[in-house]
Amino acid sequence: MKKKNNKVFISNLITYAMVIIAFVIMFSLMNAGMLSRSTKGLLIPICVWIVMAVSLNLTVGISGELSLGHAGFMCVGAFVGAVIATVLKQPVENEALRLIIAMIVGGVAAGITGVIVGVPVLRLRGDYLAIVTLAFGEIIRNVLNCVYVGMDATTGALSFGFNNPSLPGKLIVNGPQGVQGITRISTFPIGFALIIFTLIVVLNMTNSRAGRAMMALRDNRIAAESVGISATKYKLMAFVTSAALAGMAGALYAMNYSTVTGAKFKFDTSILVLVFVVLGGIGNIRGSIIAATVLTVLPEMLREFSDYRMLIYAIVLILVMLATNSPAFKQWFDIAKEKIVSLFGKKDGKGDAANE
Amino acid sequence: MIRVSFLSNLINGISLGSVYAIIALGYTMVYGIAKMLNFAHGDVIMIGAYISFCVTHYLGLPAWVSVLASMLVCTLLGMTIERLAYKPLRSAPSLAVLITAIGMSYFLQNIAQLIWGANPKSFNSVVEMEPLRLFGGQLIITDEALVTVLSCVVIMICLTLFTEKTKMGKAMRAVSEDKGAAQLMGINVNMTISVTFAIGSALAAIAGVLLCSTYPALMPTTGSMPGIKAFTAAVFGGIGSIPGAMLGGILLGIIEIFGKSYISTELGDAIVFAILIILLLVKPTGLLGKKINEKV
Amino acid sequence: MSEKKQTTMVPYPSHAIVPERDVDKKPVLEARHLGVEFGGLKAVDDFNLIIGATEIAGLIGPNGAGKTTIFNLITKVYQPTMGTILLDGKDTAGMNTIQINKLGIARTFQNIRLFDKLTVEDNVKIGLHNQMKYSAGTGVLRLPGYWKQEKRMHEKALDLLSIFDMQDLADHEAGSLPYGAQRRLEIVRALATNPKLLLLDEPAAGMNPAETAELMENIVKIRDTFQIAIMLIEHDMKLVMGICEGIAVLNYGRIIAKGTPSEIQNNPTVVEAYLGKKKEG
Repeated sequence: MKKKNNKVFISNLITYAMVIIAFVIMFSLMNAGMLSRSTKGLLIPICVWIVMAVSLNLTVGISGELSLGHAGFMCVGAFVGAVIATVLKQPVENEALRLIIAMIVGGVAAGITGVIVGVPVLRLRGDYLAIVTLAFGEIIRNVLNCVYVGMDATTGALSFGFNNPSLPGKLIVNGPQGVQGITRISTFPIGFALIIFTLIVVLNMTNSRAGRAMMALRDNRIAAESVGISATKYKLMAFVTSAALAGMAGALYAMNYSTVTGAKFKFDTSILVLVFVVLGGIGNIRGSIIAATVLTVLPEMLREFSDYRMLIYAIVLILVMLATNSPAFKQWFDIAKEKIVSLFGKKDGKGDAANE
Repeated sequence: MIRVSFLSNLINGISLGSVYAIIALGYTMVYGIAKMLNFAHGDVIMIGAYISFCVTHYLGLPAWVSVLASMLVCTLLGMTIERLAYKPLRSAPSLAVLITAIGMSYFLQNIAQLIWGANPKSFNSVVEMEPLRLFGGQLIITDEALVTVLSCVVIMICLTLFTEKTKMGKAMRAVSEDKGAAQLMGINVNMTISVTFAIGSALAAIAGVLLCSTYPALMPTTGSMPGIKAFTAAVFGGIGSIPGAMLGGILLGIIEIFGKSYISTELGDAIVFAILIILLLVKPTGLLGKKINEKV
Repeated sequence: MSEKKQTTMVPYPSHAIVPERDVDKKPVLEARHLGVEFGGLKAVDDFNLIIGATEIAGLIGPNGAGKTTIFNLITKVYQPTMGTILLDGKDTAGMNTIQINKLGIARTFQNIRLFDKLTVEDNVKIGLHNQMKYSAGTGVLRLPGYWKQEKRMHEKALDLLSIFDMQDLADHEAGSLPYGAQRRLEIVRALATNPKLLLLDEPAAGMNPAETAELMENIVKIRDTFQIAIMLIEHDMKLVMGICEGIAVLNYGRIIAKGTPSEIQNNPTVVEAYLGKKKEG
């Protein structure tokens, strides 16, 4: 027991330490003016994608349900957060505070959406659940494309329209054109704080009664129910927590740009986050952090890579799944490993799929 | 006037629905037999359309040759995908299989983008007949619509006969009931699954050609939405059921066209998906499907 | 078995018998005319059984007789299409698996269903889920309640594991345990839910004679320490005849005989339907 507890404790400690050290290094480099513009521009997106990946990992890795609508929750958080931040521009002058409020409200909105989606959807399982989360993600985006919000310049009164752009005052949400005129208040330290917050929520939840219940349901639903664990309750808890965190990430993301549109949160974005999770290892939180960082930085660093980015991601998805799930492949990988060792450092090529 | 536009919408709906039905047949057969959601099925449609496009556009061959070529390529493609990516995962958890299928879908889209570019190609209709004019020219039924609906009916009949009458068809039904028992009865399960993928992919090629004949903008992402909607149709009709796929496809096509014309163009897809969700919650087995119990 | 206890069975209201010591207590389980149909096929039909509060009951019968189906009906994995199940006198109609467990029925599975990737200790702690509670928020914020309850859970888990002398395996991955240990862990996990009735589905399957003998002792020990009823499905006749006080024989979904081990062994119908072929009894 002591040993095992220590193992989890140390593993979590490494995760936190890794994030904190990376932050301290990047933050001091930034303050010393040693970061290029493009690198600086990457810092907040990295924070966003780490939070997205870690939160999706709670659903996919810990709770064991494939959600293909994660970008939908991000979208809700982005829109709601951006509107809140715009509305609060006068009353709350402190930008950091305004951002935090916007993130919290965005997170709550996404969490509520998570409940609305999750309650009916989580009765389904496996493939059906995946396809329905995908459908919901698309519906959320489609619906937000029809939303118009106007704000009266003097009174600050809001007016809403559905499929109807003729509203009094300035349009802050303009249907397919999205949220416009956002003040860019996202900062790297707050992004870092959000990562830490996410890690605390996800790691502590995983290593507690609720997390054990989720993993029990994941590993064997029938056995878990036989010891009195409610699938509905814990699947929903994982799903909603995950949605709320995605919403907060969405708000952070939105406030890093001056406009944000629904098109940014298409199905592709959900898949991108899924790639982070799969590559980092399903259920492996630290892996998600590393994968999200590497795969956000790499396309920016290597132009050649960015052309083939999605293609490579697709191949990565397939190969990782084959390598971790196919008995034949596992065997083949073991043999390949042995061969590499025996050939003393001579590197073997990537696994070719024909080896069945 | 209203009645004519209603009829015209109905015909468009049935035509689009027929395409969905043909795609849904592929989904439903594969789901019934391999118990997996072949996410890449929609992208096989897109590849099929590109092949047909290349054969007519670059080689200048007649349309019927292009359809055959595209069926051939898609059949091989479908079997290859099954063999390389899905077969090794036959005993893996469904999460892993689904992620692999999603990966395969993205792989096909991006390969297509590398080969043909991201810009839409203008697809020439493979059907060149006179449209049918009714009510003194007020109601025009396009030749594409006619051919699409007709193809769908023919395919339906052939497929039903195939699964009912032929040895391979019976083997398919046996495998979909119980893989283990079918194997013990001497049925070659791997081969049966392979053939299922082959047929599904050949149908996807036809669907791709028909889809692009009506909606001529051909892009690497052309297949993904129709693919997902066709899956919806398959679920709608009851997964594993051939008449169900046809019924679900046509209903879904009609709903989509009517939703777009009478409710909102923006929300057309949302309506289709909302129907999927409601249906899955109310009757997860679909209109013509049957219940499967988990063994404890 | 050397230390086999002789139980006197007494007639109980109408159709059943229970051990004498349980006569004054409410029966833990009573099934009346229980039945289920799958697509017109009656998998279980008119199943009647009473289990005394501390009885060890056996359910035997040839393969496919519907024994596991009975367990699935009692635990509401399948909803019965006919009849009633009373638990502690309470009608369980319309309840689900979770509610049944909370009411006091725990089970093991014929094809072991552990949480393979989790540790042995976590498996038991999952069994303790409804026994020692704290909210998810308490867990995330690591409030004092978390530390207190986790400590209690840890102690209780080791305590339960010690029944089978498994406390040293607490850190092992459940899926990596040998077969026999996995079966024992399933029993511990079920016990952790603090049941009144423990259903064991072929607990000795895959065990060698020595392990089986130990298991028999342990089943009796569990009954004695926890004062609960145990119902088991088993093909090992030595085990069934050795520890069960009342036995029901099932064939084609119907009870063909009920009685004490000696009555069952001498029942011609049973011998013909079942024991005759096995030559073990």
